[in-house]
Amino acid sequence: MAGRAQPGLSRFNVTALALGLGFLYLPIVILVIYSFNASRLVTVWGGWSLRWYVEFFNDQAMLAASWMSLRVAAASATAATVLGTLAAIALSRGARFKGRTLFSGMLYAPLVMPEVITGLSLLLLFVAINVERGFWTVTVAHTTLTMCFVTVVVQSRLNSLDRSLEEAAMDLGCSPVRAFLSASLPLIAPSIAAGWMLAFTLSLDDLVIASFTTGPGSATLPIRIYSEIRLGVKPEVNAICTLFIGLITLLIVSASLASKISSARGDNAARA
Amino acid sequence: MPGSTLLHIDGVEKRFGGFVAVDGLSLEVKAGEFFALLGPSGCGKTTLLRMLAGFETPDCGRILLDGTDIAGVLPHRRPVNMMFQSYALFPHLNVSDNIAFGLKRAGMARDEIATRVAEMIALGRLEGLERRKPNQLSGGQQQRVALARALALRPRLLLLDEPLGALDKKLRDSTQRELMDLQRRLGTSFIIVTHDQDEAMTMADRIGVMNHGRLVQVATPRQLYEQPASRWVAEFVGDVNIFEGRIERREDQRLVIACHNTGAIVAAAPRQSLAGEAVCVAIRPEKMKLSRQGPAEAAIQAGAINRLEGTVSNLGYLGDISSYGIALDAGATLRVSVTNTARVDVDDFRPGERVVVWFEPDDCVVLDP
Ligand SMILES: Nc1ncnc2c1ncn2[C@@H]1O[C@H](COP(=O)(O)OP(=O)(O)OP(=O)(O)O)[C@@H](O)[C@H]1O
Ligand SMILES: [Mg+2]
Repeated sequence: MAGRAQPGLSRFNVTALALGLGFLYLPIVILVIYSFNASRLVTVWGGWSLRWYVEFFNDQAMLAASWMSLRVAAASATAATVLGTLAAIALSRGARFKGRTLFSGMLYAPLVMPEVITGLSLLLLFVAINVERGFWTVTVAHTTLTMCFVTVVVQSRLNSLDRSLEEAAMDLGCSPVRAFLSASLPLIAPSIAAGWMLAFTLSLDDLVIASFTTGPGSATLPIRIYSEIRLGVKPEVNAICTLFIGLITLLIVSASLASKISSARGDNAARA
Repeated sequence: MPGSTLLHIDGVEKRFGGFVAVDGLSLEVKAGEFFALLGPSGCGKTTLLRMLAGFETPDCGRILLDGTDIAGVLPHRRPVNMMFQSYALFPHLNVSDNIAFGLKRAGMARDEIATRVAEMIALGRLEGLERRKPNQLSGGQQQRVALARALALRPRLLLLDEPLGALDKKLRDSTQRELMDLQRRLGTSFIIVTHDQDEAMTMADRIGVMNHGRLVQVATPRQLYEQPASRWVAEFVGDVNIFEGRIERREDQRLVIACHNTGAIVAAAPRQSLAGEAVCVAIRPEKMKLSRQGPAEAAIQAGAINRLEGTVSNLGYLGDISSYGIALDAGATLRVSVTNTARVDVDDFRPGERVVVWFEPDDCVVLDP
């Protein structure tokens, strides 16, 4: 009876949660622990050490791949955020035109399209227009992939905003564009930031599309790691992965914080 | 006090698809006037207001402000401000910045803005709340911020869309008085939309009653209540008893009307009327008197008083008045309200009691059926 009264978790819930989280995170935890392994053999524990981190920072090829990945992620996330936000504004603010539903549906297609297909079609496009494959082609490809995620995030926020805020701004002397910038943009800014971070992590993570669209000498980090692993797992890979897990965790946490702030502001807007 | 014409709405029409929301509406509002728009839900009040503010463009007709047509002018270029029903305060700005928003856009100098904001803070009795965000204010405070923000630019015309809808009765009463006070002091013309008729009656110099996108009557509160233009207006504004019948004959200033289920009613005859014409007679519940004996014989002999007999069927006690439902012997049912002048209920009529209802011909309004 006393157990019933407790608002906490039942034994079943604890077990279920432990199993679920264990299944998700055990591999990652093992990877992080083994990145501090002193032994050369991946599977044998040889004591704690930072050896593989040092190794990574001396590995020019790996560093180049990491740098490439970060640049692609930053550039494509920025482009995707601009385009995605514009698309979201057009879809939620534009006058209702014929085929509007079709358009918004089409915008979301990359969300469900198998990556192999997106990658292949982009490759065919780049070959057809005969551009040199490398940084720019991967960036464009990743922009295509991540733009719709930004649109989804920003549009849901925009749709929940009170339109009369912009009207009030116009009533007080703002032109329509100015009214959007001063009344609505501050309220959707956190979700735009969240969209950027989402796009950044998606780009950083992508192997398939990058493999299709990159050229010789400009491998992204996932491509580089994947090719290393085929020759046998080096403990250095563990160290790189741990660093990136840290970076991505940071971004995802700040993205979810940003969207929390955004919706909290929205609630205030609704109350106000 | 109302002077020259400020706003002239001339045959304005607005369609949404095939639906006519505002239908060839014309109206004049004077400078310094407090005008109320009253009407049932969906009759086009908000649409009309939004056309005045510039958020909707009329399909035809002209809107003249001080003689210039503003029908096609964008909202930010009109000397008209609006107070929104939802208040639409900017959630990311504090009270001062909300009020200063329009002043900054107008390019006013810094110290001038500060002076004006302080003035508006005092006007809205918002002292001490300057740094608060809208979500840290009560409903009544938000309402006053919205009003202060709309008035900060000193508009010629202020539009208010159900500004007091979200307030409770007590706060609403005091806010009504504040609004009237403020309007008198500033001399700004106010157009207020409401579907609370007491509110319209209390505050407005004139009231426009709308139905199906048209103005059916524009009049002072007293005219509207005592001299409704049609049966619809009589029934929409306040409580009323309506009896249908035919004009029997005319006796100098009086009409004798044979009503279907009350018998003959004598009414004042304000207009040309033909014998045999179908009409209806409207009498407000408080204009009727209720007693156990009826009026003095002499008055009835003079033919000046209508006397109907019936039984009390129900009563509602409302504090200041009691409202009785009376079933007349002739078949009609009617409502009579009696002011409760004494605290004890010795004079109350009980359900089932026989009573006499009587009223003066001058208190009857004859309308088209
Ligand atoms: N943007 C729009 N598109 C289509 N129809 C509209 C639009 N705006 C208003 N209407 C219609 O026009 C009519 C009048 O609307 P309006 O908002 O002016 O009514 P109202 O008198 O303010 O009612 P309420 O008292 O309920 O606020 C309504 O029937 C409404 O459905
Ligand atoms: Mg309305």
